[in-house]
Amino acid sequence: MRGKHVIGILFSNVHDEQIPQLTEKRTIASVPFGGRYRMIDFPLSNMVNSGINKVGVITKSNFQSLMDHLGSGKAWDLSRKREGLFLLPPFGDYIQASNSRVEALASIMRFLASSQQDLVLLSDCDVICNIPYQEVIESHIRNQADITAIYTHGIIPEHMNKPTVYSFEADGKLCDMLIHPNITGPCNYGLNMYLIKRTLLIQLIEDCVSRNMYNFKRDLIQRNMLQYRFYGYKFNGYAKIIGSTKDYFAANQDLLNPEIKSQLFLPDRPIYTKVRDDMPARYGLGSDVNQSLIADGCVIDGTVQNCILFRGVKISKGAVLKNCVIMQDTNIGVNCNLEHVITDKDVTIQDNHTFIGSDTYPVFISKGSAI
Amino acid sequence: MLPKQEVVAMLLAGGQGSRLGVLTKKLAKPAVPYGGKYRIIDFPLSNCVNSGIETVGVLTQYQPLILNDYIGSGQPWDLDRLNAGVHVLPPYQHIDGSDWYKGTANAIFQNINFIERYNPDYVIILSGDHIYKMDYSKMVAFHKKNDAACTIAQIEVPMEEAFRFGILNTYPNGSIYEFDEKPKKPKSNKASMGIYVFSWYKLRKYLTEDEANPASDNDFGSNILPAMLNAGEKMMAYPFSGYWKDVGTIDSLWESNMDLLNPNIPLDLSDETWKIYSRNPTLPPHYISLSAHVQNTLIAEGCNIYGKLDSSVIFKDVIVGKNAIVRDSIIMPGARIEENAVVQYAIIGEHAVVQKHAVIGKRPEEMVNMEQWGITVIGGNYIVRSGKVVPPKSMLDADDQKEV
Repeated sequence: MRGKHVIGILFSNVHDEQIPQLTEKRTIASVPFGGRYRMIDFPLSNMVNSGINKVGVITKSNFQSLMDHLGSGKAWDLSRKREGLFLLPPFGDYIQASNSRVEALASIMRFLASSQQDLVLLSDCDVICNIPYQEVIESHIRNQADITAIYTHGIIPEHMNKPTVYSFEADGKLCDMLIHPNITGPCNYGLNMYLIKRTLLIQLIEDCVSRNMYNFKRDLIQRNMLQYRFYGYKFNGYAKIIGSTKDYFAANQDLLNPEIKSQLFLPDRPIYTKVRDDMPARYGLGSDVNQSLIADGCVIDGTVQNCILFRGVKISKGAVLKNCVIMQDTNIGVNCNLEHVITDKDVTIQDNHTFIGSDTYPVFISKGSAI
Repeated sequence: MLPKQEVVAMLLAGGQGSRLGVLTKKLAKPAVPYGGKYRIIDFPLSNCVNSGIETVGVLTQYQPLILNDYIGSGQPWDLDRLNAGVHVLPPYQHIDGSDWYKGTANAIFQNINFIERYNPDYVIILSGDHIYKMDYSKMVAFHKKNDAACTIAQIEVPMEEAFRFGILNTYPNGSIYEFDEKPKKPKSNKASMGIYVFSWYKLRKYLTEDEANPASDNDFGSNILPAMLNAGEKMMAYPFSGYWKDVGTIDSLWESNMDLLNPNIPLDLSDETWKIYSRNPTLPPHYISLSAHVQNTLIAEGCNIYGKLDSSVIFKDVIVGKNAIVRDSIIMPGARIEENAVVQYAIIGEHAVVQKHAVIGKRPEEMVNMEQWGITVIGGNYIVRSGKVVPPKSMLDADDQKEV
């Protein structure tokens, strides 16, 4: 198994500020997504499905919900005697001032140095995709690469935070890398995932720290890009970057497209998540549901169109929901009317309320609100 | 020496459940799927953990593969414990040879060593045949309070059905003076639920004596309990009220699933304080398409629904195609109902396929002769070919299906 030679590192806080409402009380990694998941379930499951059995999750702040979600890592089969899941909160002298990946990596130097694996796969938690990392690992080894950046081809998403654009030689070797360029047409833009030799990563981090340079993309990657064997891996499948609340809303709606859904939820590469032991969803007499994704534990007596309902949502009689993302344990009262609404967890909307947003500006109702 | 456990539960899960026909051909009855995401055994196991009983022996014998696999380490029920937890106990070889479990009492007798490891005061005997939620700790407290040798859970059944049950005839103080097994003229409607609490030292004595009697069937109902009663032991009936249903026949399994759709029936599986745990699938939420129409139905995760569902229970990973109709039916995990197929009053087994335009079962109101009506059962992995009509009350077995 290729994956046995690889450690996964996930940055759980980078990009928190992109979706401020959803990350008010949590990391971007623990933002609920797609009816029963959290954002981190996608990169974490992708790693596990590629045979990676040692994953470190770097946290900086607001990580209580993330710890609650991950627990011992059992749900991802990462509660292991050998290797497994490692939560890496801020430690010792390195109190991270910013969301710098370099600082975060410097603070886990001991974890990196004491590992035996040859390669490190670094990923943020802002991309929804089901990517076969074992193919990335194979391509990295075939190219005898030092660094492999994972990218996709297309038009850069409008709200992406400091996108990275790559160009490659015919043999796949990197020849240029631009950060936040003014490109409007299709290009190769990075998915904030890198596979890198562990010893090289350690060396580059030490070098950056010694020069007081803390920008991961500029100082650690771009500054060194031509000195090492730097290759790209092109991912052609569905990959949605969550750069804004609008993107978050759109990515949830994408799951209602069976073609996209089948690219994310593959029988041989499942997406794991924490279980909740809810009963199956119950549809009452007079319920009217179509074009929706419904999780276990929902009780539906109203009308639901084009919606994502998370676990344990209750929709009362006469309520009409269109184009909504309703997170776990939300209660919608009788005769409510909701359009383009995102409700966070544990929201209660009492009878006869109306909230109408638009597809470019969904109404957001924060966690635990009672209306 | 393991830490003492006050109560050890022994779950009799070796029965074949032959009245379920093709549904239990390859799995033991307690492993039969129920309620969209559960198996029958989830109920006694969840009742145990919710009652604070953390040591459970599961006695298996008939077709144990799926059941063993399902129980695994016991983690889904929080029964993967350091010094307690769930243990699967199949029959084993010993120095004098090997024996299958000859009867329910013999199964417990053969596992006296397992029970003694925990030095329990009480042993509760459960079966994997019923759907119910019950706090066993209250029953044990009742047993203790009455200083009984044996306590049997008792439920009131409709008088006209009492002849199908084991009836417990009691004095006003609740102590039992007679067992009336399937009586022609029942004296009361108070039936045994097949749940027994024993003081362990008493049970051990009667199990050992019973084992020494070559004429005995080694059965709790016909041997152990009568022997205790005859010897004048204090035997109490513990009154229980609430939902309790045997799911040992096709009709009762179907009815019990349909009960989940009836808001007037007191079986709430969404109760946070008494959860029924199960092994959860790793599947996305289910998808209801634009062409789907769903009424009064339970749907589990991973399903893709394009057709019409009414009053049905749909397990995980089921596909119902466009213009297909499923009414008053149970569709088990992984089954596929293709476009324009019609399924009514039926149980479709795991991974079975109903191809396009096939028609399964009939509504009772469409029947001329009600004698010919009944629930239709399509066995696991069976493929009902396009356009085929399967009459009501049929039971189809994939093993009988010739390769085409």
